[in-house]
Amino acid sequence: MRGSTRAFDMSRSEWRRGRSLCAAAAVIAALVLLALLGPEASPYSYSALDWRHLSLPPGLTAAHWLGTDSLGRDLYVRTLYGLRVSLTIGVLSSAVSLLIGIAWGALAGWVGGRLDAWMMRVVDVLYSLPYLFIVLVLAALFGRGNVTVLLLAIGAVGWLTLARVVRAQTLSLKRREFIEAARATGLSAPQVLWRHVLPNLAGTIAVYATLLVPQMIIYESFLSFLGLGVEPPRASLGSLINSGARQMLTAPWLLLVPATVLVVLLLSFNILGDGLRDVLDPTR
Amino acid sequence: MLGYALRRIAGIVPVLLILITVSFFVIRLAPGGPFAAGRALSGRAREELERVYGLDRPLSVQYGHYLLALAHGDLGPSYSMRDDTVAGLIGAGLPVSATLGAAALVLAVLSGVPLGVRAALRRGGALDRFLAAFAALTLALPSFVTGPLLALAFGLWLRWLPVAGWQPDTPRDLILPAVTLALPLSASIARLMRASLLEVLNASYIRTARARGLGRARVLWHHALRPALVPVVSYLGPAATYLVTGSLVVETVFQLPGTGRYLVEGAIDRDYTLVMGMVLVYGTLTLLANLAADLLHAWLDPRVRHEPL
Repeated sequence: MRGSTRAFDMSRSEWRRGRSLCAAAAVIAALVLLALLGPEASPYSYSALDWRHLSLPPGLTAAHWLGTDSLGRDLYVRTLYGLRVSLTIGVLSSAVSLLIGIAWGALAGWVGGRLDAWMMRVVDVLYSLPYLFIVLVLAALFGRGNVTVLLLAIGAVGWLTLARVVRAQTLSLKRREFIEAARATGLSAPQVLWRHVLPNLAGTIAVYATLLVPQMIIYESFLSFLGLGVEPPRASLGSLINSGARQMLTAPWLLLVPATVLVVLLLSFNILGDGLRDVLDPTR
Repeated sequence: MLGYALRRIAGIVPVLLILITVSFFVIRLAPGGPFAAGRALSGRAREELERVYGLDRPLSVQYGHYLLALAHGDLGPSYSMRDDTVAGLIGAGLPVSATLGAAALVLAVLSGVPLGVRAALRRGGALDRFLAAFAALTLALPSFVTGPLLALAFGLWLRWLPVAGWQPDTPRDLILPAVTLALPLSASIARLMRASLLEVLNASYIRTARARGLGRARVLWHHALRPALVPVVSYLGPAATYLVTGSLVVETVFQLPGTGRYLVEGAIDRDYTLVMGMVLVYGTLTLLANLAADLLHAWLDPRVRHEPL
């Protein structure tokens, strides 16, 4: 309990947190806009080669202000294109994770009993396995360069925590009066779940979705870094960092530019997610 | 305690069996095979190889043979590196990977625990604020970014440490990889330690101890530290899982001759036995690490072992 009773009396730390929350959201919005519009607004394509400007450092010509790679491709455009790919895969595979996690958790929590025990045992076991390891094997076996497989494989990693949270919330909601009232009016179980349980989980789900996206972006970059993700000439932040790391002796900017973008992106998502969690879920 | 430990150890066996079975069949579902087209083999040679390795038999027979060999401790021959056995390959790489993982774990615990304790004792102080920034940053820096950046800074620009590679008995080669692997772990441990120590220090028995006239240091060492370590200890299970996957990246970044490369290369080459061996070895390792963390947890916190499973 806070000592103050005035609703708008924010402490200094709250004020600071709100400010960093807004800053993080603004950075994400700016990066998304850049990823969407940047490659289109530039005269270069992400795969266009410029033989007169190979491995050009940043800032030397107005034509390629962030420099070029060893094939003369514009680094600014390639980084934004990679950002677009990483963001897309991150958001879509988060959606996959959300679907599995919500369905799994809601079913286990709602039905309860032995099914619940069994389903949560599965989650426990998967938690204790090097899960990403298995996803790596799957990606290498089935989907080198196949984006759909990549999406599903990454999405299959992220649902465990969400399933636990959704289950716990469903369990506690199930016993509340308004749910019983809804059931008493004759609604079927799926209808009650959809109309009354899930809307009450929306805040929690929003928080986890925000925290899930950076996680998924890391996994995607990780697979692309190991050469299992998107294939050239296409790029994601991970594959750009990988090729940059190979040439860091001669052209360090090829590593530094995409790495900086990735770190800023992940940092903003983490700040936004943690901030939202504090706002929406004061128990944590 | 012993009964609890035995029950938990017995629980590992069915999980491993399921893991073996699922990966055995899933690997064989993938298109292509170890001796499939595009690997510069004539049709006759390919048939001959498949016959030698028993790959022409029905799947159920292959599965039975694999389990039987496994029961004798035999992980089988490697299909892509035909002079070696899977056990030989993994056995040669494992010391490197294990040294890296152990070094990172020791580094993370030795830096994370004191950092967390200090930050909790001087709440809001300079170190506490540093920890918050450090944690936010390292959690946003995956090891495939930290690794090359550290190599760039300390290897290429400052020339203090080798950029990559591994010679036996040269601990200098290990510093950058171990630090890369340890950074996020150290931040997580420090954050956990800080939060749990703050909670413990607010408990009534700590106030009682202080009221009895015990000094701050004595209360910290004798009363607060052990219960505050519980969350850190139970985090060591997930930490082991992180180390296993993380070392894969770090070994790639720093070109260490560990086992990590066998997983991806083996899967691409359809080297069934090699991938199975990796899944088995690392699956067992993480399951055992999680078990060890749980047992330590039970030893520190007696309430756990009396819980029905």
